[in-house]
Amino acid sequence: MKTSATLQYRQYALSTLSVLTVSVLCFLIKDEINYRIAALILLLTVSVVAMLFDILPVLLAAFLSAVIWNFFFIPPQFTLHISSTEDLLTFLSYFFVASLNAVLTFKIRQAERKARDKEEKEQTIKLYNTLLNSLSHELRTPISTILGTVDTLKDSNLQLNNEQQLDLLNDIDIATVRLNRQVENILNMSRIESGILKPKSDWCDMNELVNSVIQKIENCDGHQLNYTVNENLPLFKLDIGFTEQILLNLLHNAVQYTPSNSIIEIKIFHESENCKIIISDNGNGIPESEHQLIFDKFRRLPDSKTGGSGLGLSIVKGFTEAQNGTILLQNNHPNGTVFKIEIPAETSYINHLKNE
Amino acid sequence: MNKHEILVVDDEAQIRKLLQITLESNDYKVRLATTGKEAQISAAHHPPELIILDLGLPDKSGHIVLKELREWYNKSIIILSVIDNEEDIVSALDNGATDYLTKPFRTAELLARIRAAIRRNSTENDESNIKIGELEIDIISRTAKKNNEVLKLTSTEFNLLSLFARNEGRVLTHQFILKEIWGVGFQTETQYLRVFVGTLRKKIEDNPNQPKYIITESGVGYRFGK
Repeated sequence: MKTSATLQYRQYALSTLSVLTVSVLCFLIKDEINYRIAALILLLTVSVVAMLFDILPVLLAAFLSAVIWNFFFIPPQFTLHISSTEDLLTFLSYFFVASLNAVLTFKIRQAERKARDKEEKEQTIKLYNTLLNSLSHELRTPISTILGTVDTLKDSNLQLNNEQQLDLLNDIDIATVRLNRQVENILNMSRIESGILKPKSDWCDMNELVNSVIQKIENCDGHQLNYTVNENLPLFKLDIGFTEQILLNLLHNAVQYTPSNSIIEIKIFHESENCKIIISDNGNGIPESEHQLIFDKFRRLPDSKTGGSGLGLSIVKGFTEAQNGTILLQNNHPNGTVFKIEIPAETSYINHLKNE
Repeated sequence: MNKHEILVVDDEAQIRKLLQITLESNDYKVRLATTGKEAQISAAHHPPELIILDLGLPDKSGHIVLKELREWYNKSIIILSVIDNEEDIVSALDNGATDYLTKPFRTAELLARIRAAIRRNSTENDESNIKIGELEIDIISRTAKKNNEVLKLTSTEFNLLSLFARNEGRVLTHQFILKEIWGVGFQTETQYLRVFVGTLRKKIEDNPNQPKYIITESGVGYRFGK
């Protein structure tokens, strides 16, 4: 990466070089043109330089070109002496115009940059506000449920029967689980964004991992989670915690965002040095235009149901890429979504050990 | 029957209160400590049946309290902590913690772990015939039965099962199991462990895909019990 100091140095060199080059060219054809035309050509050069570089290199170019014009072009040539009053006035106006040119161009560019910065800042603030809104909604909704329900339970004026109390306690339970999941998501996201995320590879029995994740999925009543144990699958060396989170988030999403009775299918393969995970559903699918965006942080489908922070898939992507893996989203036929994940992993077929 | 006494070490008043109410209503006697120092004094004066220890204590690290307790205290210690990274969990287990539960936790889960850990105190090690759930393991004749039917286990499978059975209710780390079964030098060869746990599950579990005896503690090890 170039430091700003070397960039600055390069600007001085380039502005000097362009003035020198143009001067030499003018000098070569000085018999064909009036020496005052040479002044105009040099002025033009300074203007071009002013459009590209910072103010100091441009002022250098202005000063240098004035001196060169004086020394090489104004008679008497090869002296800094100016004999006619007319030439002196032209020289002074040249110097003044060149400098003014430098300063004005610089100011215009500064104003432009400010406007651009401001616009970018506004964009960032807007995005940040959207994110904050969705996140605070996700955190405050369960907290409101918990606080409100507790108030109702504590209110001695209300004569709640056992069933009502149990119902309310159940609401607190659900809200707390939801809150906990969002906190987990935020913690995972900040781990990913910290940049210090390092996968810890260990031998993983994917059959076991998938089965244990399926058992952890809550509220999957009405959904079918299908996984057929593949006895010929090798052990894969990968980060078990990351991979578990990838499976959890994808299956959680599948259960959350497909109509009940949807079929969710999980398949694991060993394919060209990769552990390949395919999770497909026959739900409503994700529009093609969202296929790239949906992995962005806080991105949610425009009309998706409430609940969910838009962090799940970006965490899936983060944990996949932390293991040098890739993730692909496709449409399922005739309807639904397919997620394809490939994680490069060493494998081990040590089945011969079984009879020891 | 005497009430089992449990020492709860946690600097958060709300957690202490929750545990006190939950444990007392489940017929345990509870002592409370807020700091590592208090915990050591209390444990020394009234050695409890079980200690529930938080890792983040105000005066010293729970890891150190655990090590110091283990110099003389040999009953179960369950770690209950918000710290959920594998290094801390493995280190606590290697330093003698019986079990590890992360906050937030469900009380039903904690009570189940407490029951298993206390049962473990009274059946420590030297039994030659161990009964757990539908399983019966005879260490001397090297036979294992499920519902009175003899299981056909290979030598390694039996070693693994008996190691698990002798440590019911305790989380055994991968390294510990590998060292016990395969010996020094095999501590990183977790692939062997995965394969044998897989084959053992097929022989002892009703449904090997939803194991009830050998429970995986992700990234840490296995817990055995029913």
